[in-house]
Amino acid sequence: MKVFGRTMLAAAAVAISALAPRPAAAVDLTMYYPVAVGGPVTKIIDDMVARFEKENADIKVTAVYAGNYTDTMTKAMTAMKGGQPPQLSVLLSTDVFTLMDENAIVPMDGLVADKAWFKEFYPAFMANGQIDGKTWSIPFQRSTIVLYWNKDAFKEAGLDPEKAPATWDEMASMAAKLVKKDASGNVARWGIEIPSTGYAYWMLQALAIENGQKLMNEAGNEVYLTAPKTIAALDYWVDLSRKQSVMPKGSIDWATLRTDFLEGKTAMMWHTTGNLTAVKDGAKFNFGVAMLPAKERRGSPTGGGSFYIFKSATPEQQKAAVKFIQWMTAPERAAEWSIKTGYVAVSPSAYKTPDMEAYAKSFPPATVARDQLEFAVPELSVHENGRIYKFVGDAVQAAVTGTQSPQEALAGAQQQADRVLRAYK
Amino acid sequence: MSGQTDTHPLISRKPRSYAWWNAVNAWLLLLPAAVLLVAFTHYPILATIRHSLFVARRNGTEVFVGADNYRAMAADPIFWKALINNFWFALGTIPTSIALALLMALWVNRNMRGRGFLRLAYFTPTVLPMIAVANIWLFFYTPDYGLLDQLRGLFGLSAWNWLGEPSTVMGCLIVMVIWKEAGFFMIFYLAALQQLSPDLEEAAAVEGASRWYTFRRITFPLLMPTTLFVAINAVINSFKLVDHLVIMTKGGPSNASTLLLYYIYEVAFTFQDSAYAATLTVVLLVILSTLALLKFGYLDRRIHYQ
Amino acid sequence: MNGRTHPLEAVAAWLLALLWLAPLAYAFWSALHPAAYATSFSLSAPWTLENFARAWNQAPFGRYYLNTVVLVVLVLIGQLVLSTLAAYAFARFKFRGSSIAFALVLLQLMIMPDVLIVENYRMIGLLGFLDTIPAIALPYLASAFGIFLLRQTFKSIPQELVEAARVEGAGPLQILWRVYVPLARPTYVAFGLVSVSYHWNNFLWPLIVTNSVSSRPLTVGLAVFGAPETGVDWSVITAATVMTMAPLLIAFLLFQRQFVQSFMRAGIR
Repeated sequence: MKVFGRTMLAAAAVAISALAPRPAAAVDLTMYYPVAVGGPVTKIIDDMVARFEKENADIKVTAVYAGNYTDTMTKAMTAMKGGQPPQLSVLLSTDVFTLMDENAIVPMDGLVADKAWFKEFYPAFMANGQIDGKTWSIPFQRSTIVLYWNKDAFKEAGLDPEKAPATWDEMASMAAKLVKKDASGNVARWGIEIPSTGYAYWMLQALAIENGQKLMNEAGNEVYLTAPKTIAALDYWVDLSRKQSVMPKGSIDWATLRTDFLEGKTAMMWHTTGNLTAVKDGAKFNFGVAMLPAKERRGSPTGGGSFYIFKSATPEQQKAAVKFIQWMTAPERAAEWSIKTGYVAVSPSAYKTPDMEAYAKSFPPATVARDQLEFAVPELSVHENGRIYKFVGDAVQAAVTGTQSPQEALAGAQQQADRVLRAYK
Repeated sequence: MSGQTDTHPLISRKPRSYAWWNAVNAWLLLLPAAVLLVAFTHYPILATIRHSLFVARRNGTEVFVGADNYRAMAADPIFWKALINNFWFALGTIPTSIALALLMALWVNRNMRGRGFLRLAYFTPTVLPMIAVANIWLFFYTPDYGLLDQLRGLFGLSAWNWLGEPSTVMGCLIVMVIWKEAGFFMIFYLAALQQLSPDLEEAAAVEGASRWYTFRRITFPLLMPTTLFVAINAVINSFKLVDHLVIMTKGGPSNASTLLLYYIYEVAFTFQDSAYAATLTVVLLVILSTLALLKFGYLDRRIHYQ
Repeated sequence: MNGRTHPLEAVAAWLLALLWLAPLAYAFWSALHPAAYATSFSLSAPWTLENFARAWNQAPFGRYYLNTVVLVVLVLIGQLVLSTLAAYAFARFKFRGSSIAFALVLLQLMIMPDVLIVENYRMIGLLGFLDTIPAIALPYLASAFGIFLLRQTFKSIPQELVEAARVEGAGPLQILWRVYVPLARPTYVAFGLVSVSYHWNNFLWPLIVTNSVSSRPLTVGLAVFGAPETGVDWSVITAATVMTMAPLLIAFLLFQRQFVQSFMRAGIR
């Protein structure tokens, strides 16, 4: 009974402390952030936040890891509707329309002393966040899709290990050579894997761009899923597994694909450059990183997360948030972040820091995704992003699993998307 | 005579004030629970119905739209998919886990060697968190290096993408849920079996009836109320069990494994469409209420017999 | 019950039992061996606690444990107190509207807070409790199941005992405390065990109302930690999984009989 009483007391104490507000530093900030790639990302963020707090004793940042991008957006929106919004968050750069529609965020323009700051970043990364002449987000963990290839596997298959496929046809024919079967005729190694869960819309967009097709309009209220070239893009993807049998059938998991590659289950994969460091640390073979192959042109959508500042934050908090963002995206930190994860450093000046220059020299794949920016297109971003992503993702999955033909699947998605987007015209 | 008239007002007044005092006491005792029940069950039910008839505009105002949300729902293929999935999920899990549960209970109820261990083994999955279970089973189903594919590999079969193929994903989840729930249902049968009179079986044995015959003609019919009870509970359970989807499939591929409650969660919190989420919830409430009527009809009878 | 058991049946029963334990055995195997052995079974594999250490260091599991314990205790105490009072009202007081009130209580048996996530979230937000442990607990504090169970038990308590207490001058609350509660102890134990295992394992609602480490219970912490995106290897995830279920599992192994009987008692109704 005594023990019980003590437990009760402890319970009550904790319950109360959970209810009571933290003793305030000058400014308290809560930030939600997602993790979509391998490696000790939460540790890296915690470490950076700790250093920021050391340099800025008057600002306290609580960085909350909230799951993948969708989970984080869900948390941020849900918390906001419940009356407890974070003051800033790292969310998909493409969530901007949704966040504006929800009246959740403020543009950065009024918060910064000098708008010249916006010019320091790669314009391709600013593109998604600049709407109606205002800047709504600052790029942070940004990426493009790149092709990782296993050089040892290439050598084993009699291919030039230093040469990645440059076109769709090349990729398909090389993949065919890379497929390895075991004694009983089962595939021991696939030629290529393109992930179809999590961010399937992103992969489809890459293929569509390469095929010369835009996936959405600037205003974010139209998608072009049934354009012949979009359908042809999905056809190509589906044929890799269903016709040419160089990619496993069924949906391919975004999250475990890196492990597949590292375990030698596939000789090539399409994935975010954000995974580069995790691949580098985990690979027991030589590997290379290349831009995505071309059909009509080269191309990849940009991707990844940007900083947003929430409207409901107090002016002091917003100011502190800007300070934090400026610190996190300063060239040295951008370089450090890029080296530790593989994400593209967000500003050209980051690539001129000594650390980054040395790293790029010793590890050339580190700059492939940046170089690809030349061919990059803003990531699919529309109103009701979450819903549209689901429609497109469902369609891709229906197609790669053979439930529907690419044309049927995309037609269904287009119809659903049209219905949702009608409200924004 | 006079005594009677004297006491009459007293008698009639006393019960009245007593009854009044009684009621006050009772309601005071009920109050804390009643407040919370109203706040988190009754009011939300009514609010759900109300919200399903409105849409929220971006500026925060609400507009009455009548049955518009319901029409949108009828045209929403994902809703139908989720509903049909729920049906298959229930049909896949319930009969099998009930049959297994009955078998387990019969075994454990016997004087079999090590029956303590058997009972322990069967019941253990019940006390585990679904989220932990999903983590463990996710590994079994992982293509190539998951346990299941390794077993297939031993027989020279090729790897199979268990959770990534629409044809197998539901089956995989069903097997896992059967594993999780059979032991729980076993408990109900065990309780019922222990209340059955052993004489019946002994009598049957003396009569020379075969074990199967005894079971079929005596034990099983006597267990019928339990079976019904378990079945209804199982159906209700199958509508609220979605934890594993969050970990294992997120409802995919292409909604092949999504369930109604998971879709509600997605619509409400990922898409932030609370009006449509309310509409979907109403469907769930209708289903559960129907089951409730079934169950109460049956439960009431049981209570009266006690 | 001395029915002879066919040897084949015994074999089948044992096989099923082993099959039923296999997933758990696998989890322990993987958690207690280096990552290299997560997928290959060999008797010579070295044993290690390293995975637990890594899981413990990579996420605030200590805090998650504390949160879950606080949550479970909070829910249990709330449920016991509220259910006792309400059950007492239903069992021993005759008052107008009692049967309607009881039916309204029973409604919660079918339409559990688990399915009213949208409106309950709104309610918690309105009360300003978001992202706290009480927010997870509140919708469950009034338990129809507990009220129902205790009412049945209270009704079965002999009237003579109550009369005896009344003669000694005990008021309604004293009668409740001195007569009903002690005699209903088995029901309390049964209900308590069922409630603790339910709320230790609950996931969807805590996932929705918690945002931060300071309120996340173990299940939500595990889900966030185990997201495959983070690239944590299987052995560490299974170690975290084992940590999540260990306390309940150990309690179950120690008090197996009570657990089974509690679930039985709670199940019969």
